[in-house]
Amino acid sequence: MSSIKVKSGYVRALDLKHGHVEMAHGSGGRATAQLIEQLFVAAFDNAILRLLNDQACFPSSGGRMVMSTDSHVITPLFFPGGNIGSLSVHGTINDIAMSGAQPRYLAASFILEEGFPLIDLKRIVDSMAEAARNAKVPIVTGDTKVVERGSGDGVFITTTGLGWVPDGIDISAHRASPGDKILVSGFLGDHGVAVMAQRENLSFDTTIESDSAPLHELVAHMITVVPDIHALRDPTRGGLATALNEIARQSSVGMLVQEEYLPIRESVNAACEFLGLDPLYIANEGKLIAICSPADAENLLTAMQAHPLGKHAAIIGEVIEDTHCFIQMQTRFGGRRIVDWLNGEQLPRIC
Amino acid sequence: MKYIDEFRDRNLALQIASQIKSEADPAKHYQFMEFCGGHTHAISRFGIVDLLPNHVEMIHGPGCPVCILPVGRVQTAISLSHIPGLILCTYGDMLRIPTTDGMSLLKAKAAGADVRMVYSSIDAVNIAQNNPDRQVVFFAIGFETTVPPTAVALQQARAANLKNFSVYCNHVLTPPAIAHILQSPEVRELGLVQLDGFIGPAHVSVVIGSQPYDYFAEEFQKPVVIAGFEPLDVMQAILMLIRQINTNRIEVENEFSRAVLQNGNLKAQQTVADVFELRRTFEWRGLGVIPYSALKIKAEYADFDAELRFPIEERSIADNKACECGAILRGVKRPQDCKIFGTVCTPDNPIGSCMVSSEGACAAHYRYGRFRDHQSSISARV
Repeated sequence: MSSIKVKSGYVRALDLKHGHVEMAHGSGGRATAQLIEQLFVAAFDNAILRLLNDQACFPSSGGRMVMSTDSHVITPLFFPGGNIGSLSVHGTINDIAMSGAQPRYLAASFILEEGFPLIDLKRIVDSMAEAARNAKVPIVTGDTKVVERGSGDGVFITTTGLGWVPDGIDISAHRASPGDKILVSGFLGDHGVAVMAQRENLSFDTTIESDSAPLHELVAHMITVVPDIHALRDPTRGGLATALNEIARQSSVGMLVQEEYLPIRESVNAACEFLGLDPLYIANEGKLIAICSPADAENLLTAMQAHPLGKHAAIIGEVIEDTHCFIQMQTRFGGRRIVDWLNGEQLPRIC
Repeated sequence: MKYIDEFRDRNLALQIASQIKSEADPAKHYQFMEFCGGHTHAISRFGIVDLLPNHVEMIHGPGCPVCILPVGRVQTAISLSHIPGLILCTYGDMLRIPTTDGMSLLKAKAAGADVRMVYSSIDAVNIAQNNPDRQVVFFAIGFETTVPPTAVALQQARAANLKNFSVYCNHVLTPPAIAHILQSPEVRELGLVQLDGFIGPAHVSVVIGSQPYDYFAEEFQKPVVIAGFEPLDVMQAILMLIRQINTNRIEVENEFSRAVLQNGNLKAQQTVADVFELRRTFEWRGLGVIPYSALKIKAEYADFDAELRFPIEERSIADNKACECGAILRGVKRPQDCKIFGTVCTPDNPIGSCMVSSEGACAAHYRYGRFRDHQSSISARV
């Protein structure tokens, strides 16, 4: 008989260094509870989450509320400037912020693949927690599921956010009207190129980092200076080109963009040239497009440039009448062309 | 971007544009064909048409390797991808070419075939080395530019004694295609297509040199200016063609002298000659069967020839009836002359191959230029 005494109620801690996600972690039993408490609650810790209910209960301040949800399935999971965790927090915060709302609460839902190293999951969860803390938007509820090995790609994260729109703010992509100015908050294409450079079949070195960032504080600053911003959108998947086409269609207008005013880093341009890609279609995760009346444009630009996330903001063009909703671009070279919707995935050209 | 921005300079472009305007004879109508899809793409992407006077017109040629590949060869690649355990590797644009019944390699991939996009032929060799239990086929396409990399891949595969790597060769040659267009009834007899000169390919000419084009100047009395793929290269080449015509010269001139030598890249040519030989005939989409216009793998490399390794049945499959890709590739029609352009046939749902690659005439016009078809209804205020 062993004389070792075990404290009653002892449960061996999760091995966050060498352990892996197991099917039991998604069973809803003790292993699930352990994963939730030792990993998620420990990282995201806040009073609402600590209650460990299946839902978050919080006071509402009335007025108009905004809700948004976003699933994250990025490959690779870790990239220069962030990982799927920070991205999943920023992505939903930004979707909320594009209505002019201040994001208040987040929910996070994880689909984990059996065998995924817990040490990597901890890195992801820690970076989510840090992103949420820095943005001052707590993660107050969540869910975890585990799928068999081969049925997922490591980690998928869905985040849902809630926010409140300040009184008097009416920002919507159907409000662009002819004469309005189009602004962007900074360099385009950083995120997409940083991620692409990490893909295993593309061996090129670059110092470009993802621009992944929460934009709600920039937006809050913008609406204090120009409350009547007509439209905001973050040009994520599909890049600037796709976002402009979406706004044009929603507002039944055309646009004319000046290529020479587009803020694009030389290194991003070079990588795109090399891969046969167009930077206008490359994803961003910390940039926004703003559309406002011409009278407000200069004030809005100055306000954006005064914020660290809008330092390189620029006015890039204007809204025009066009029943075909074409986005035209005056090229730096002197001609004109369309900036069309992205079709399919951007594939590299052959020669 | 260093070495790129210099060739996209607006002030220089405006200078050349004003030279073109002042030197182009208003009594004449100049029609030049840019053979290469790279030029078609540059002309559309940079809006070069806006810098040319109305009586200087560009006709898009057939130099897009994706566009000229006949449906039968694409169908064969799809059939190969269905062989259990086989990995089919190819360049990105090939994935979306539709067959007449609406299939494509991308759809085959979605249905379970292992089709992989590669950036280089060597990537395909690496995939073969990493998957010794599986057959890997590189679906090789392209003009003279992409032939040397395929040749190197075959040399490496032979040196490594790879038993599971082969190439489905669809490499084609530029000079026979140009000759075919110039000999076509539309150009030579019927006068349906007025061709006053050619902008010669950039990257192709880096490999083959400028000398192969002498024949066109002599035999067909057409000026040729070899030009780089940057927009200023194209503008300068157009000016050089106008000057040749205005001074009754018919020559091969080289605007792309920073990269093209008269004899080309001899080492690349030797590598190609080691691995490939001329194919007796090859079917081109839109141009039909052209003798000695393509390459096949030499007997010494027969072990790596997918056409010998797998039971491949060569079939000629007709294009979709409504599709005008054939006439567009010959320069007889423009994309907007096709009834299904921009409606049934779009880059999202291409019916013809010219709508697939961004170098295809239809895709270039759809993506970059089609606003001009509606220009009267646009009230652009700037």
